[in-house]
Amino acid sequence: MESGAIILTQRRIFILPTRQGWSLAFLLLLMLLGDLNYNLSLGYVLTFLLAMMAVMSMLHAFRNLVRLEIRAGQAEPVFCGKTAHFVLHFQSSLPRYQLHLSDGKGNQNCFDLQAGLDNKIAFPVAATRRGWLEAGQLTLYTLFPLGLFHAWSYLHFDMRCLVYPEPMAEASLPQEYAPEGSGKRQQLGDEDFYGLRAYVPGDAMPRIAWKALAREQGLQVKQFSTQLGDELWLDLTLTPDLDLEGKLARLTRWVLDAEQQGLRYGLRLSGKELPPGNGTAQRNECLRRIALYDLT
Amino acid sequence: MKKTQIYSLLLMILMVVAPHALHLPLTITSLCLMFLLWRAYLTYTANALPKRWLLFLITFAIAAGILSSFHTLFGREAGVALLILLTTLKFMELHTVRDATVLIYLACFIIITNFFYSQSIPVALYMLATLLVIITVWIQLSAPTIALKARCTMAATLLLQALPLTLLLFVLFPRVQGPLWGMPQDAFASSGLDDKMTPGSLSRLILSDEVAFRVSYANQVPRREQMYWRGPVLWNFDGRTWTPGRTANSIAPQFTETKQAVAYTVTLEPHNKNWLFALEMPEWISVPAALTYDFQVIQKDAVTMRSRYEVRSVLQYHANLQEAQRQLRRGVQLPPGLNPESLKLANSWLAGNPKDIDIVRYALEYFNKQNFQYTLEPPPLPGIHGVDDFLFTTRQGFCEHYASAFVFLMRAAHIPARVVTGYQGGEYNQTGNYYIVRQSDAHAWAEVWLTGQGWVRIDPTAAIAPGRVQRGLSASVKNNDVLPFMSRNPPEWLHALRLNWDSLANQWNQWVLGYNSERQYAFMSWLGMESVSWQKMALDMIAGLTLLVGIFALYMLRHFYVHRPDRVQVAWEKLCKRMAKAGLSRAAHEGAGTFAARIATVHPELAEPIQNLAARYNALRYAGQAKDAQEFIRLCAKFRLSRQNRR
Repeated sequence: MESGAIILTQRRIFILPTRQGWSLAFLLLLMLLGDLNYNLSLGYVLTFLLAMMAVMSMLHAFRNLVRLEIRAGQAEPVFCGKTAHFVLHFQSSLPRYQLHLSDGKGNQNCFDLQAGLDNKIAFPVAATRRGWLEAGQLTLYTLFPLGLFHAWSYLHFDMRCLVYPEPMAEASLPQEYAPEGSGKRQQLGDEDFYGLRAYVPGDAMPRIAWKALAREQGLQVKQFSTQLGDELWLDLTLTPDLDLEGKLARLTRWVLDAEQQGLRYGLRLSGKELPPGNGTAQRNECLRRIALYDLT
Repeated sequence: MKKTQIYSLLLMILMVVAPHALHLPLTITSLCLMFLLWRAYLTYTANALPKRWLLFLITFAIAAGILSSFHTLFGREAGVALLILLTTLKFMELHTVRDATVLIYLACFIIITNFFYSQSIPVALYMLATLLVIITVWIQLSAPTIALKARCTMAATLLLQALPLTLLLFVLFPRVQGPLWGMPQDAFASSGLDDKMTPGSLSRLILSDEVAFRVSYANQVPRREQMYWRGPVLWNFDGRTWTPGRTANSIAPQFTETKQAVAYTVTLEPHNKNWLFALEMPEWISVPAALTYDFQVIQKDAVTMRSRYEVRSVLQYHANLQEAQRQLRRGVQLPPGLNPESLKLANSWLAGNPKDIDIVRYALEYFNKQNFQYTLEPPPLPGIHGVDDFLFTTRQGFCEHYASAFVFLMRAAHIPARVVTGYQGGEYNQTGNYYIVRQSDAHAWAEVWLTGQGWVRIDPTAAIAPGRVQRGLSASVKNNDVLPFMSRNPPEWLHALRLNWDSLANQWNQWVLGYNSERQYAFMSWLGMESVSWQKMALDMIAGLTLLVGIFALYMLRHFYVHRPDRVQVAWEKLCKRMAKAGLSRAAHEGAGTFAARIATVHPELAEPIQNLAARYNALRYAGQAKDAQEFIRLCAKFRLSRQNRR
């Protein structure tokens, strides 16, 4: 497992002939026998030329990988069922051709690199389960220039991508389960005092109910409500689905819809609570919690 | 497969097949072209490839066609035709890169088959060009995204790197003498003298400009009219065709009173027959070969490869003063009932009981006086009395007509005589100091057996056209339009160019094509290798290859190991050094910006240029903008503190 930059040195690069390489060797052997039998001088020349070009192509395959600098980059979170892109940064002082990345599970891509520039290459992997998707061990290989030799190196970066559950296709927001029950949603704001709740790390200092603390009621935070917007609690227990994954899929849909409708929303996941909020950070935090819920 | 890849493959196969068009039947060549065009059309219009069953049908049709016209599938001609047709047909089921790889391998094989026909210098150069195309296509197959120019550069690099390695391998790879297994009779192309002679057979050969053999003399060079290169000797005549007849055991050849020995080396082009050529009469030859009772040099196997041998001949001799009776009887046999006029003529010479030598003189005088013409285009002699027609009606003929008629007359006069075919003369090549004997030097003459002199060469052609023997063919025939261009009288510079070219071809033959185990051993010991053995050569070869590949590796990876200073950095550091000399040295912790700001406070008049430079430096170094580097370097070099500011 590596972090930081890898420079492909001689010791990290392996080269073996491909099947095509072996078949060429067999062909050359046949040609050589023919040359010997018929004493074809130009036949020798052709056979030797082909053989030596094959040898030199091995050197070129090596050159195509050696001294390549690779750094692991970010992988943006994706929804389950979509494709995760692990970004790798390649830097090289020479142009490189036909590099392939493969993870041994059928995911691969092929690309060329230009000299000098920071080449950003995204390695696509299908996200099939929520939670952390590990990039695992990647193989960087090349068959350039003639496909006779397979030169490769292993890259094992500590790279992972967060996979959100696949949102349910359609699910109406839980209006009837709103805490007030009147259909009028209250959104936490800062106008009217509304009540106290347990302190969560990160709550603002001025909001701490010092009086309550003095009354030895524990660390509590004052909550205010505002009538300007609606406030919504997205609660795992409110989902009507039977299985956990279905529940999480519905929650995911709710988060996306609530964010889109500009609501303030909070998340309750069996005891853990995310206070209502709004914006991309809130959305991402909600999705993150849902994605990682109950994973061992 | 992309369309461009298919077009490239088509071009590659077209290039590989093209040289075969020179010798393959037109139907096969056009069939190949048709397949290629068909695929090009299908690709262009994005149509589907033909169905499997149709391809099977075509394959069977091809095999049947070849079988019926060549009567085999495995001879040289048939094999090449089959290989080429099936290769072009392969395009009809070209789907994947793997199929394309098969095509590339087949292309290499087709190139090799072309060497059975010719291994000349142009063929070698063409091979290199074809190989370049093949490699370019090959790279395109494994890396379709690379631009054409980069692909060509890559291919050329591979080829150029492979060349010195190949040279090393070629010189050091241990050679094996002789074939490992039998080869088909028609493996190599050949043309040359046949062992039978009909009117017109030699004049057809004369139209060929090809080299029959090359000769270099050790020291003494005989006169041109002495250069009779003896080939097949013909005894039997059926009224039209001369053949060698059945070989009879006879007394061994004996040359007495020999004078004027010459030693020379012959490099014989393959002619697929088992006789060797030597000047009359050969005494000694360096290769295992036998001298027959009629003085032909015969070896056991046909000459299928260019071969080199040394010979010592005597130009003056008495050959077989004692001759077996049965040979002398063979020498006067004539087909019964043919050519009555000629028989009558010969009988007329017998009146008065002249000596044999006088009868020979009569015959030669007859040719000389009776308005005979020496021509390349004699009228045909279709009748059964061919010799009569020639001697009394047409009186126009080429050497085979004269030799044939002369021997006929001699036999009619009871003088043992036979026809000898071979080559006469040769062209001197000053550049390489050797003589070239071409097919167009083919000749036929006669030999008569005279008591007390043995077999004596009589060339009746010399009686009609002495120039043929003294100066060559073009000097002796009037209508020389039918001769190959170069056998006429080409311009001087062209002639010289041609001789230089032949000299080069000769070197090529000797050193590249003739590089066999014998030459290899000689070359190795010349290089200073002691007790040459194939193990030593193999070791040297491996060591040399390793060394060369190592050198190439160092060269190719030089970017990674040789530190090349950045030009921008160099320019900036020079500027800093100048500033330091002027008392403004940059502190280690100072960036370009802060340094410039400090200079600006000391020299306010320079604030603008130095801050501009610092900004440019930062942009070049840290923002990855490489395009203004040249301008920055120029500005750096120009930047100076003005004179009054310097302390």
